[in-house]
Amino acid sequence: MIYKVISKHEFRKFIDALVRSNTSFGPRRVDTDSNAEPVYQFQPVTSVEDVAFDYSVTKSSAKHFFLPFREELSRFDIRDGEWEQKINYNSDPVVVIGLRACDISALNILDDVLLNGHFPSPYYLARRKNTFVIGFDHLPMADCFCKSMNHHTVPTGFNLFCSDIGEDYYLAINSSKAFNFLKEFETREPEYEDNCRLVERRKEVSNGFKTHIDVTGLPAILDIEFDSPVWEKWGAKCLNCGTCAMVCPTCYCYSVDDSFDTDMKGASRQKRLYSCNLVDFAVVAGGHNFRPKNGDRLKYRYYHQHRGFAENANQQICVGCNRCGRACLAGINPKDVINDLRMEKESCMKCVSSSPDKR
Amino acid sequence: MKQKGFTFEKLKFASFDFTCCEGCQLQLANRESTLPDFLGLLDIRNFREISSERHDDYDIAFVEGSISRSDEVTRLQAIRKQAKILVAFGTCACFGGVNSLKNRFAEGQPAAEVYPGMQVESLPVRKISDVVTVDFSIPGCPVAKEEVERIVVSLVTGSLIALPKYPVCMECKARLNTCLFDLGEICLGPITRAGCDAVCTTGKTACLGCRGPAEDINMPAFLELVKERGLKEEDLREKLAFHNAFEAVAANET
Repeated sequence: MIYKVISKHEFRKFIDALVRSNTSFGPRRVDTDSNAEPVYQFQPVTSVEDVAFDYSVTKSSAKHFFLPFREELSRFDIRDGEWEQKINYNSDPVVVIGLRACDISALNILDDVLLNGHFPSPYYLARRKNTFVIGFDHLPMADCFCKSMNHHTVPTGFNLFCSDIGEDYYLAINSSKAFNFLKEFETREPEYEDNCRLVERRKEVSNGFKTHIDVTGLPAILDIEFDSPVWEKWGAKCLNCGTCAMVCPTCYCYSVDDSFDTDMKGASRQKRLYSCNLVDFAVVAGGHNFRPKNGDRLKYRYYHQHRGFAENANQQICVGCNRCGRACLAGINPKDVINDLRMEKESCMKCVSSSPDKR
Repeated sequence: MKQKGFTFEKLKFASFDFTCCEGCQLQLANRESTLPDFLGLLDIRNFREISSERHDDYDIAFVEGSISRSDEVTRLQAIRKQAKILVAFGTCACFGGVNSLKNRFAEGQPAAEVYPGMQVESLPVRKISDVVTVDFSIPGCPVAKEEVERIVVSLVTGSLIALPKYPVCMECKARLNTCLFDLGEICLGPITRAGCDAVCTTGKTACLGCRGPAEDINMPAFLELVKERGLKEEDLREKLAFHNAFEAVAANET
């Protein structure tokens, strides 16, 4: 890692040059909600003016640049009664600006699942390698809990990470590409002062968290609480709409379907991001649904997020961004669900009240 | 990689309209980029919007519109007798549609209001499945041509046909739209069947549920949401009733 300091004015020139010569996406204000709060999303940017450097948080994560909501996995050409499969892993280079530390952590988690597992995904690899990631630090929102998940800082997984130290950005340069781009612009070596300002900024970010979730031993608690009434309680609120998984930076579950082109001369195999909260997520051939109840489906989302599945080495994959909690129309959020589970467990341990299954 | 191929036959197709605007049938002649290929899948036996020829030897009948006259009942029964597969096509056929608004008034009152002094035969509006057995439904006001194409291709190839079971929110989120509830509106997206690619909400217009309820919707939770956001229950009822598509759900839950 190489560290440099760049003035904010010079940094804007760098971003402008970068986005003018590359297909780029960055945080943009797209709406104002009914509480007069700005709404941001990662959207195409073509000049530095488009980038909302002071944005708070995007409603949707940056996941879809790496795992598109819908993606063609292969095409089939059908000719003379035979067919031929064509697979295209190419992905055009893209610049994504403004990811938070937790968003980049999410990419590192996806790397673990999709690149370091038994079946690496060439589709994901192409997009990940061809995406130039620029991170920004930020002061946490009132409901961010990424510090609890230890994802409020990120050591790797980006090309360039910018910490706001007042008049300047403190740059962590993590790729030769970023280093070479920056050569054209005026940067300087960090001095003692700059290092102090960086440490101050880190402290400010770290001390800014207002929401904390106790996740110690959570995987074990989740195992013990498989039959907890907490699942039914929160499941009863769930609209089964899948919004949580769509906005989540790490939910990667998907469905695949094959369909003929209308001219019947070709066919397409498409993958689409899906959600374990959708009613037919666990429907198998023949029509049996292994998870017909809302509570069961919600439970498995929490299991995947906070207990981990074998394919992600039993690690929690939640980074604490709380996008799911903010987007959920039914008010379901990790903090309340996990606290409920803990309380359930604790009251049970003291035998104040027993879980219904032990009654 | 090469494998064995397949063969297929054109569908002996007919399309009919009842009480409706014929907009859904017009969709069949829309989406010009694939139109020649789409028509290539069909042996059109009877379809007044695109052919003057009339034959009664069809296998598949798409039926648009609701039923609001006694002669429509007779005509529909004849179609049912001929068709091996009868498809309720569009929101009016599937749920009654906008026409059903008439049912809120006393019988004869709307006709007297619109056509004063004229003799108009008009029955309370019914959906197609209230009159005959329906094999498959394609909802939408209007139907989504892309979905119709996929379904027709499935009919030709004899593969499984299915509509999405999940609600519009999935497609709306994929288009990075701002949630209309966050903009202070009541949107039926969370309870309405997807498949429209969230076309209305992408245009910042709240979903009116033209595709009917998604599978296994959580109506109590949805009512709670509207209440909690301080939105008016009568506005919700108005939206739910707009296409008559939530008739069954509303009767059970509210």
